[in-house]
Amino acid sequence: MAVLVDGATRLLVQGLTGREGAFHARQAADYGTNIVGGVTPGKGALTHDGWPVFDTVSEAVQETAANASVIFVPPRVAGDAIVEAAEAGIELIVCVTEGIPTLDMVRVLAYLDGRSTRLVGPNCPGVLSAGKGKAGIIPSHIAQPGRVGIVSKSGTLTYEAMYQLSQSGLGQTTCIGIGGDPLIGTTFVDALNLFREDPETEAVVLIGEIGGTAEEEAARLINDGYEKPVVGFIAGQTAPPGRRMGHAGAIIAGGKGTALEKMEALADAGVTVVSDAGSIGMAMMERLRR
Amino acid sequence: MNIHEHQAKELLKRYGVPVPRGGVVYASTEVRDITDGLGSRLVVKAQIHAGGRGKGGGVRLVNGTDEAERAAEQILGMTLTTPQTGPLGRLVRRVLVEEGVDIVRELYLGLAVERSLSRVVMMASAAGGVNIEEVAAANPEKIHQISIDPNYGLFAFQARQLACKLSLPPQIAEKVSAAMLASYRAFLALDAALLEINPLVVTKQGDVIALDAKINLDSNALFRHQDLQNLRDVGEEDDLEVEASKYKLSYIRLDGDIGCMVNGAGLAMATMDTIKLAGGEPANFLDVGGGATAEQIRNALKILLADANVKAVLINVFGGILRCDILAKGLVEACGELQTHPPIVIRMEGTNVEKGRGLLADSGLNFTTADTMLEAAKQAVSLATKK
Repeated sequence: MAVLVDGATRLLVQGLTGREGAFHARQAADYGTNIVGGVTPGKGALTHDGWPVFDTVSEAVQETAANASVIFVPPRVAGDAIVEAAEAGIELIVCVTEGIPTLDMVRVLAYLDGRSTRLVGPNCPGVLSAGKGKAGIIPSHIAQPGRVGIVSKSGTLTYEAMYQLSQSGLGQTTCIGIGGDPLIGTTFVDALNLFREDPETEAVVLIGEIGGTAEEEAARLINDGYEKPVVGFIAGQTAPPGRRMGHAGAIIAGGKGTALEKMEALADAGVTVVSDAGSIGMAMMERLRR
Repeated sequence: MNIHEHQAKELLKRYGVPVPRGGVVYASTEVRDITDGLGSRLVVKAQIHAGGRGKGGGVRLVNGTDEAERAAEQILGMTLTTPQTGPLGRLVRRVLVEEGVDIVRELYLGLAVERSLSRVVMMASAAGGVNIEEVAAANPEKIHQISIDPNYGLFAFQARQLACKLSLPPQIAEKVSAAMLASYRAFLALDAALLEINPLVVTKQGDVIALDAKINLDSNALFRHQDLQNLRDVGEEDDLEVEASKYKLSYIRLDGDIGCMVNGAGLAMATMDTIKLAGGEPANFLDVGGGATAEQIRNALKILLADANVKAVLINVFGGILRCDILAKGLVEACGELQTHPPIVIRMEGTNVEKGRGLLADSGLNFTTADTMLEAAKQAVSLATKK
C-alpha cells in the first residue's frame, strides 16, 4: 500500500501542453503512472503525446473518469485551476505552480473547506509512491520501494531524504512535498494522519523549515500519541529574521517561526531531530534498529 | 515588496483612511512647496524601509517652514541607524513633511494573513505607538483579533465590536471602525501581505488619523498591479540582491565569508545550516532554482563572487530537474572566464552525477569535491580560514 497515489490513480494534467507539463507528464507515464489526459483551455480536441486534451476539467472527467489532477499552469490562473478541478469532482489535486498570490489562496482554501477534495501544494514537488506512480516532479530514479514515508515543505530536501533512504536500503512508501507557501492544502498533520493509516509505512521523515506553526502543530499530534517513529529536520537554523528565504512561506516574522522553536517542539514530542540534513538516513536507520 | 511610509499613506488615503496632510520631498528646497497651509507645527520624517526611525534621530517636530527646511536638510543624506537597519544603517534619500497633530490616544491596527487559519485577520490594540511585537509577547491580552471570512468580507458590526474593545467614546469608536473597514478594503485591493497603522491616533479635535503606516505588498500579486510596481525603491535594497533579481535568482546577502550556491530554497537553507555546524558563517543564501541552465549558473557565480567578503565557495546541488552535467558545464564555463577565484568546493548528487563529476575532472580547473554536505562544508570552512 501507499498513500494518495497508487495503481488506482487516474491522473489528469492541467497545463499538459506547456513545457513543464509536457515534460513531467512523460516522466510520470514512464514511471508507470496512469495518465488519462490533459486540460488546456482552447486546445480541446487535440491530442498531446498520445493523450487527449480537453478545454475544461469537467469535460475531461466525464470522458476519462480521472480522479486526480496535477497542475502546471502559470500562477495567475493556478488558483482558478484548483477550484475548477475540485468543482469537477477530482479527489486529489497536486498544484506544482509557484507564485500564486496569497489572497487567491485564501479564497481557494475557503472554497475547499468542508469538501472532500484533497489539495497538495501549491509550490510543491508533489507526491510520489515508490514503484507505483507519481503526480508532480519528484525524480523517480532516486526512489526505491520501502518502509518510510516522507513529508516535506522543500523539494530538494525531499530528494535528499529519498536518496539517503534509498542508499541505506530503507526505501520509501510515499513521498509528499506539501510546499513552501504560507497557505497550503495538505499539512504536516494531514500527512502524518495518512501515514498512520498506511500499514506499509513503518516510520516517517518530516522536513520543515522556518515560518508559520505547522511543525509545532505536527509536534502536538505526535505528542498526543503517534505510533510510528519520526525523524525530523528543520531548515533555516541560520536564517536571518524578517527575510523571505526563497520560499514565500519561509520567513521569521515578529520573532516567530524560528527553526529552534520548531526543533524543540518536535524533540519534546519524541521526534529524533537532526541538525544536519545529510544525516536523516542514518538517524532513521538507528531509530528503526531500536 | 516593502514600500515607504509616504506611499503607504497615499494608498490608505485613496481607500478612505484619514492621514495627516503633507507630502514627500527629495531636497530641502522642496519643503516650501509642501508646507503651505499646514500650519506652523510640522513633522519631518526620514523615509527608509525600516522602523525605529525616531530613536535614530530620523523624526523631528519643528515650528514653521524655516525649521522644517533645516530639519530636512539635516536628515536628507544622513545615514540612519535604527534597531531594524543593522549596524551599517541606511542612507536617507527622501523625507515626509506633515502637519503636526495633538495626540490624545495611540491605538494599533493591523491586517495580515494568518497561516494557521488560512484567513485575513485584523488586530487592534489600545496599546499603540509602541513596538507591537513587545506588547504581543508581554501582554497578549491587550491585542484583540478577529478573522475575516473571505466569502463575506468584513462586516461593519465586526469592526464595531473590535473597536468597542479599545475603550473609546462612542463617536470615536465609530470613526475607528470606519478606518478598520477602509483598511480592509485597501488590504484586499492592494493584495497586501501586511498592513499596519501604528499608531492610529485620536486627536484633541476628535479625529482618527493614521499617524504612521506600513504596508508590505504580495510580490506574487504585482502582475495585476502595474501602478504598485512603480513603488519599488531599489535604493533601499542591497545592490547585489537587485542584480540577482534581474536574473530571477533568489539571493540574500549575509555577513559570513563562505559563499554558497544551491538548488532549491530548502536545501539552500540547510546548506547554510551545515556551514554553521562546520564552524563557518555563510556569506549568502542563493537558490538557483530547479530548472537552472548553464547560463544561470554563470550568473549566479558572478553575483556570489561580487561579494568581497567571500573567501571560499560551497556549491551544493542535488540533481533532480537540474542535472549534474548541466551544472558542471556551467561551472567550467564560468570559472574558465575568471582570472582568479576563491577556492570552490563542490558536492553534487543525483541525476547524471557521474557525467557531471567527469566534466569537472576533465576541465583541468581547480575544484575540490566532497561526497557529503557536512564534509563539503568542513572543507569550505578550512579553505576560507587558510591564509
